[in-house]
Amino acid sequence: MLKTRLIPVLLLKNGILVRSSNFTLHQLMGNHIEQVKRYSEWKADEIIYLDISRDNNYALDSINNTIGSSSSKSKVVQNSKKNMIDIIKDISKSCRIPLSVGGKIKNLEDIKLRLNAGADKVVINSSAIDNPDFIKKAALEFGSQCIVVSVDVKKTDHNNWKIYKNFGQYLTDLDLKRWIETIQKNGAGEILVQSIDRDGTSTGYDLELLTMISKYINVPYIFLGGVGNFDDFINAHKTTKEVSLAAANIFNFTEQSVLNAKKYMFKNKINVRI
Amino acid sequence: MKKICIIDYGVGNLASIYNAIRMLNSDVIISNHLEDINNSSHLILPGVGSFKSGMDGLKKFNLIELLNEQVLTKKKNFLGICLGMQLIFSESEEDGVFKGLNWIKGKIIKIPKKTNDIKIPHMGWNDINFSNNAKLYKDIENNTSFYFVHSYKAMPINEKIITGTCVHGSNIVASLESDNIFATQFHPEKSHEPGTKLLKNFINN
Repeated sequence: MLKTRLIPVLLLKNGILVRSSNFTLHQLMGNHIEQVKRYSEWKADEIIYLDISRDNNYALDSINNTIGSSSSKSKVVQNSKKNMIDIIKDISKSCRIPLSVGGKIKNLEDIKLRLNAGADKVVINSSAIDNPDFIKKAALEFGSQCIVVSVDVKKTDHNNWKIYKNFGQYLTDLDLKRWIETIQKNGAGEILVQSIDRDGTSTGYDLELLTMISKYINVPYIFLGGVGNFDDFINAHKTTKEVSLAAANIFNFTEQSVLNAKKYMFKNKINVRI
Repeated sequence: MKKICIIDYGVGNLASIYNAIRMLNSDVIISNHLEDINNSSHLILPGVGSFKSGMDGLKKFNLIELLNEQVLTKKKNFLGICLGMQLIFSESEEDGVFKGLNWIKGKIIKIPKKTNDIKIPHMGWNDINFSNNAKLYKDIENNTSFYFVHSYKAMPINEKIITGTCVHGSNIVASLESDNIFATQFHPEKSHEPGTKLLKNFINN
C-alpha cells in the first residue's frame, strides 16, 4: 500500500533559507544543502523548494538586511550561490529523494533548466493562472508526473476561499472548484494547495478547506499551511486518507523533526515510511 | 573494470540517476554514442514521460539496433527504470498502441481505477514484496518502500521473471529479472538508502 507522504517545504529568498508567516515575514534559517541531507536522513518522503524571491537578486549583500544569528549567517555565506539553478544543482547532488522546485517559472525553458539541474518536479503558480494552457504545454513536453500546480488560497468566510497569485500578493477572480478542475484537465500530475491565512501561524491546517478540495481532486495532492504540532498531521489524515502532508516551519527548529513526526503518525496507525 | 552508461535518448531527468551512481564512486557517463555504449559493461535506460515519446527518442538516436545487440547478443547487464522498464516490453496501450523493444513479452496497460479508490498517477512510496533470490534486492529487507511515479503498469506474460510486486488498487509489477535484463518500475535513484543499495547490487552483478 502507498504510504502517506510527509513533505518538508523549504523557502528560499534571494538564495537563502527563510521562514514565512502569512506569506510575509521572513527570517534567516540556515544552510540549504545541509538541510536537505538532514531531511532525507530523517525519512522525509520528498522535499519541496520554493524560491520566493520577489526580485532577481541572489547576491549575498542582502544577508546583511536579514534577521538571524551570526553563526547561521556565516554558514549561508559559504554555501549560497548566485542563482536558483546553481542551488538546485548543489542540492540534487546529494538529494536521493524526489525534489520539487518552484518559484519564477514562466516558460518551458525555465522548467527545462530546473529539470536538467536535477529537480524531479517543478511547481508552477502564477504562470499557470495567467495562462492555463501553459500547464498543458508543460505536461506534454515533460510529462504530467513532473508538473505540480500550486494553488494559494485565503479564506474569506465560512466555506469560501479566494485564490491568490504571485506569493499571495494579487487576488484573482478564479473559482476554487473550477480552477482545480482546469488544472487537472490540463494535465498537472499533482496539486499543492496552500492556505495563506494559516501560513506560519501554527494554528493547524484549514481542515474545512481540505474537506472541500478532497472532493474535487483526482490526482495526488499536497496540503500545506498552518501545522503547529504533530496532531495536525493526524487530524488532516482523519479528514482524508489520500492527502500528502506538507509543512515548513515545524521541521526547521528541532533535530529529527521529520522522523519524530512520522513516528508519531505511525503510533496513530498511519501508514508511513520509517 | 566496470563502466556504467546511462542512455541519453532525450527523455527526462538524467541528473538524478547520474548523481546516484556517482555517489557509489562508479565510473559513469551519460551518452548515446556507439563507442561509449560499446565500451560500457552496464547499461541503464532511465526515463519519464510517455511510451511513444520514449520509443521516438530511441529511434531518433538510432539506439534500437544498438541496444538489441548489446543486451540480447552481447548479454550486457541492463537496468530499465520506470519508462525504461516499460519500453522493453512488446507493446503499450498508452495514447494508442505502440510497439516496444519486445525483449520481454507482454504489454503495458493503464493502472485500473475503480471510482475514486486510488489516485493516478501512482505517486509516492510503496512497500514491495519481493522474492528472496532476486539479485537486485540483496541485503535489502523484504517490504521495504521505494518511490514510484507512473500511470501505466507492466503485464509480463512470463510471471516467473517478476521479482517484486506492490499494491495500488491492483497488483503492480515493481521489478523483474530475466538473465542479464533487470528492470524496476520505481525509481531507485529517488528511493534513498534502499535505492542506493539496489543500484549497487546492479553494478556489482
